[in-house]
Amino acid sequence: MAAPRTLFDKIWDAHVVDRQEDGTCLLYIDRHLVHEVTSPQAFEGLRLAGRKVRRPDATLAVPDHNVPTSNRAQGIADEESRIQVDTLTKNCADFDVPFIPMNDVRQGIVHIIGPEQGLTQPGMTIVCGDSHTSTHGAFGALAFGIGTSEVEHVLATQTLYQRPAKNMRVSVDGPLPVGITSKDLILAIIGRLGTAGGTGHVIEYAGEAIRSLSMEGRMTVCNMSIEAGARAGLIAPDDTTFEYLKGRVFSPKGAAWEQAVELWRSLPSDEGAHYDKEVHLSASEIEPLVTWGTSPEDVLPITGSIPGPEAGRDANKAKAIERSLEYMGLKAGQKLTDVAIDKVFIGSCTNGRIEDLREVAQVVEGRRVAESVYAMIVPGSGLVKEQAEAEGLDRIFTEAGFDWREPGCSMCLAMNADKLEPGERCASTSNRNFEGRQGPGGRTHLMSPAMAAAAAIYGHLADVRELAC
Amino acid sequence: MEKFDKLTAVAAPLPMVNVDTDMIIPARFLKTIKRTGLSEGLFYALRHNQDGSRKDFVLDRPAYKDAKILIAGDNFGCGSSREHAPWALLDAGIRCVIAPSFADIFHNNCFKNGILPVVLPEEQVNKLMEAAERGANATMTVDLESQTIEGPDGEVIPFEVDAWKKHCLLNGLDDVGQTLQKAPAIDSFEAKQQASQPWLYA
Repeated sequence: MAAPRTLFDKIWDAHVVDRQEDGTCLLYIDRHLVHEVTSPQAFEGLRLAGRKVRRPDATLAVPDHNVPTSNRAQGIADEESRIQVDTLTKNCADFDVPFIPMNDVRQGIVHIIGPEQGLTQPGMTIVCGDSHTSTHGAFGALAFGIGTSEVEHVLATQTLYQRPAKNMRVSVDGPLPVGITSKDLILAIIGRLGTAGGTGHVIEYAGEAIRSLSMEGRMTVCNMSIEAGARAGLIAPDDTTFEYLKGRVFSPKGAAWEQAVELWRSLPSDEGAHYDKEVHLSASEIEPLVTWGTSPEDVLPITGSIPGPEAGRDANKAKAIERSLEYMGLKAGQKLTDVAIDKVFIGSCTNGRIEDLREVAQVVEGRRVAESVYAMIVPGSGLVKEQAEAEGLDRIFTEAGFDWREPGCSMCLAMNADKLEPGERCASTSNRNFEGRQGPGGRTHLMSPAMAAAAAIYGHLADVRELAC
Repeated sequence: MEKFDKLTAVAAPLPMVNVDTDMIIPARFLKTIKRTGLSEGLFYALRHNQDGSRKDFVLDRPAYKDAKILIAGDNFGCGSSREHAPWALLDAGIRCVIAPSFADIFHNNCFKNGILPVVLPEEQVNKLMEAAERGANATMTVDLESQTIEGPDGEVIPFEVDAWKKHCLLNGLDDVGQTLQKAPAIDSFEAKQQASQPWLYA
């Protein structure tokens, strides 16, 4: 009998086109998502070498990083941003690549629209020139971020040279406590593994707390695998997955649907499959979390206090803590709930889906954003925006004092006009709290949509459990 | 891609852990459709004060103006997949980065651009870091063929590298051209996959 295999092993084995002596494999890529920032040089490479896109039908492009989130009818004011978006438009026309333009209702963050359109399916290999491609692993697809040279390679050959990753399983045992979200879960995992803990691995998330998550919640978890150093995260496909996919634009239909589901049911890891590393967390111990520093591993329960350099596990980390404290303008021993904020950003490929917006609405309905705070909500796609408006969420947001905007990556990485000013402090539902990530000198605290909503109401970091819903 | 065989150069010390690609090159410098000229944004926040004036960053010191090697702490290149990070390093003349560990995507991206990332145990990185503090008086030789680094005092340190990546880097090979020679294998993979999972080709 064949040796038991993990979900990762099965997807890998099914996509090997060729194997080198040192174990490097030429891997077939089923879907390639493209955006404007990491693709221009790849198309330029194709053009210079006189090459074509091998499978335009397996490729989808959309502008998301540079797009404005207000007054979109006026186009893009920033010249460099406009050139980048125009270049993508032209490249897609020249190479026959399917393209969703900025003013299309389906436009949005590439990792939101892939699943929304049903392009993301179990068992697939999916790549994109973007590290948060790990999001798609929520469907049991092997999905990872690549650089621009690799984007060119996939466009030309529909393959990539890769070394097999190691298997890690992170199990979150027990049911998720009330008021704890998928964002708290993944922040807890990153806090445990550290920002390099998953390097060289693909993380398979398992356990009761993971299984009980909706597809939106699973995407939030897999999205931040890269913040734990893993290029890809995976969750075994199940009925929740199939229910989400059924009837979407690119989902298989009719007899093909039945055939696909049958195949997908064979994907979950076999009993007794080998994992190079196993980690267990107990869901009942997870509290609402926020980051205090400039690395996503700098997580603390909202009830905690800012650590000092002595909390570092070695001299290097102690030095890094000292640097973070200075950058963040915080003092060791300060209570997290005493940290006042200037801005709130709700959105991104981590937390820009409909469920995230419902979570925010539940907290802010009938309340007001604090006087001292500017709070913005950027839906992940035009379809998310439409859905939210159909449910009346936009009214709840605007009545509470939130700015309700157009979809895009926005202030997650501040490539468009949405950014923090030097020294400004933000409660953000995005994925990275690196120095300068949300604008030069800006200070980022990562948290769940519910916690960001609570921070908006209080004007400082706050425990959402204190706002009885 | 420029090939990498043997490099003798000054090494610049950057004793920081978790140097992320936003730090290597902030997002606002990614609004380009070219691969060149990115050194302007390299380590921008580490090199400049808020008012735009220069800080005393290691690569701006006279002793390191010819540095082609960078020595850094754990988890170098974490975060965003932006290949602009190795492009910016290359644009500033850096051809080799030595660290105790690298983030996977950055590590891959280096090999596509003629940059050799070398993983060494922390203890050895610390020794080279110390040697690098001596500036222009301390050159190192990185030899990819023999997979060794010779420090300024003559000590020789071996390192590991994947055979395939080494082959490509030594010969400056363009991946795409090579892979296209495997077109028959890709064709037959597609034919088989299309027969068993036709919905992937709708």
